[in-house]
Amino acid sequence: MLRYYNVVKEYPRTGVALHAVSFELQKGEFAFLTGPSGSGKSSLLKLAYAEERPTQGEVRVAGHSVSTARGKEVALLRRKLGVVFQDFRLLPDRSAEQNVAFALEVTGVPAATIRDRVARALAQVGLAAKGTSHPHELSGGEQQRVAIARAIVNRPLLLLADEPTGNLDDRAARGVFQLLREINASGTAVLMATHNLELVRRSDLRVLEMLRGRLVHDSAAAGASTPAADAVAAALGEVRRRETPDDAGGAP
Amino acid sequence: MSRALREALVGWRRAPLLGALGIATIAFSLFSVGLFGLVATNIRRALVEVEERVEIRAFVRDSADDALVMADASSLQRLPEVATVTYVSPREALDRARSELGEFRDVFDAAVLPASLEIRLREGRRDVASVEKVAAAVREAPSIEEVRYGEEWVRKLARIRSVAAVTGLALGLAFALAAAIIVSATIRMAVLARAKEIQIMRLVGATDGFVRLPFLVDGTLKGLAGGLLALVLTWAAHGLVSRYVVRTTFFPVSTAALGVLAGAVLGLLASALSVGRQLRRVGADRRRWQ
Repeated sequence: MLRYYNVVKEYPRTGVALHAVSFELQKGEFAFLTGPSGSGKSSLLKLAYAEERPTQGEVRVAGHSVSTARGKEVALLRRKLGVVFQDFRLLPDRSAEQNVAFALEVTGVPAATIRDRVARALAQVGLAAKGTSHPHELSGGEQQRVAIARAIVNRPLLLLADEPTGNLDDRAARGVFQLLREINASGTAVLMATHNLELVRRSDLRVLEMLRGRLVHDSAAAGASTPAADAVAAALGEVRRRETPDDAGGAP
Repeated sequence: MSRALREALVGWRRAPLLGALGIATIAFSLFSVGLFGLVATNIRRALVEVEERVEIRAFVRDSADDALVMADASSLQRLPEVATVTYVSPREALDRARSELGEFRDVFDAAVLPASLEIRLREGRRDVASVEKVAAAVREAPSIEEVRYGEEWVRKLARIRSVAAVTGLALGLAFALAAAIIVSATIRMAVLARAKEIQIMRLVGATDGFVRLPFLVDGTLKGLAGGLLALVLTWAAHGLVSRYVVRTTFFPVSTAALGVLAGAVLGLLASALSVGRQLRRVGADRRRWQ
């Protein structure tokens, strides 16, 4: 589904962001991507949705090579993905329905089916009654749910979530995480970058830990034990206290 | 294409002020080009009218018989620069001199003026070199005694024409460049206002062509609307100047249509450049999003 092989990413101004990262995410799998700010989480995700290309190594997503994909192939690759961000990225002048429908319209889905699919996606994220609301009329958690509805309305094979709970309070964060688990349970693989160590600690899901551009821990490779995840969480907590809490301006 | 047109119109409805400002900006920048064009056209027309008076007058020898004069006239007529050769008899010359001199006509009562050939040149062949070439040919004609063509005046006219052409070209280019820059900046603003939309479109898998097309339609329509508005403004300015200041000539229909078309092409090119740049720049960079 998603495979990184010896991936190096170097930016002209800021230098090396990823050092020889290798891992694989299977179909229908759920994994956390953790690490302090600037550790390379966002760079790693950008490679997955072909926003960036690897300097060395290979990234394969749903049968496409990110290194060689150009033009239309990048668009086709992205249609197999859903991407969710910390800042939601909704269009403020459109309703929730229109924001979700947008993802179908631009990929040429027939107009006759759009309404139905949008309604189902909004129902899936628990916002069936808020389709006509605009983003400013919704809470942060609801806005993120709209963003998730937009990400899954194309029935993606893989959902990439970059700090999806970063702007939410605990309750909303738990709700969004639960929603991602449900989406995962329906067969979509999920890779979720997060600073929310409570979520990581409470689940027994796979954890990929980044530090200074290196993948320093993969709980699947290490035996997927909960204590390991706890240790990662404890270490991250320590690092977090020393670094800025927001990853927003970190990776280029 | 219908989707692109619909998207462009929806974009205008969502941000009507931006759309109207865009069209008005394009219209006024093209209007300035139109005004300049109007001035240039009328100066050129005035110069052509003056040039039409360029003529070579060849005085016929008294001894030359009619057959010889006619033979010379027809050989001069065959020169590529020559439009017409008119024979003016001594009687006609006297009548003309009398009518031109009005109250001094008595001076000519007993005078005898020589017969002459009046040679007019074709449009585009009234430059100094052509006039001198034809004058030299006329001098060679056996029936001709003397040639006059206002050498100094022809040279001055040529200088004025050169200055007008160079100034017109430079100013025209400057106006056109300024209009192109303004139109381009206006269209770019419209594209930037929808940068988030472009970003999301790409993120959810829209092809670049799909993203680009509505912007190209939008830019072309704005250019076309701005061009039409500029044409109306230029027409109104021409009407006012003609009525209150000096009678002017408007562009031919083909030139006016070309101006409007240039607006549309300018809008299209500016859109293509702006959206192309935006497509290269936008990605999911969150600093630009916020």
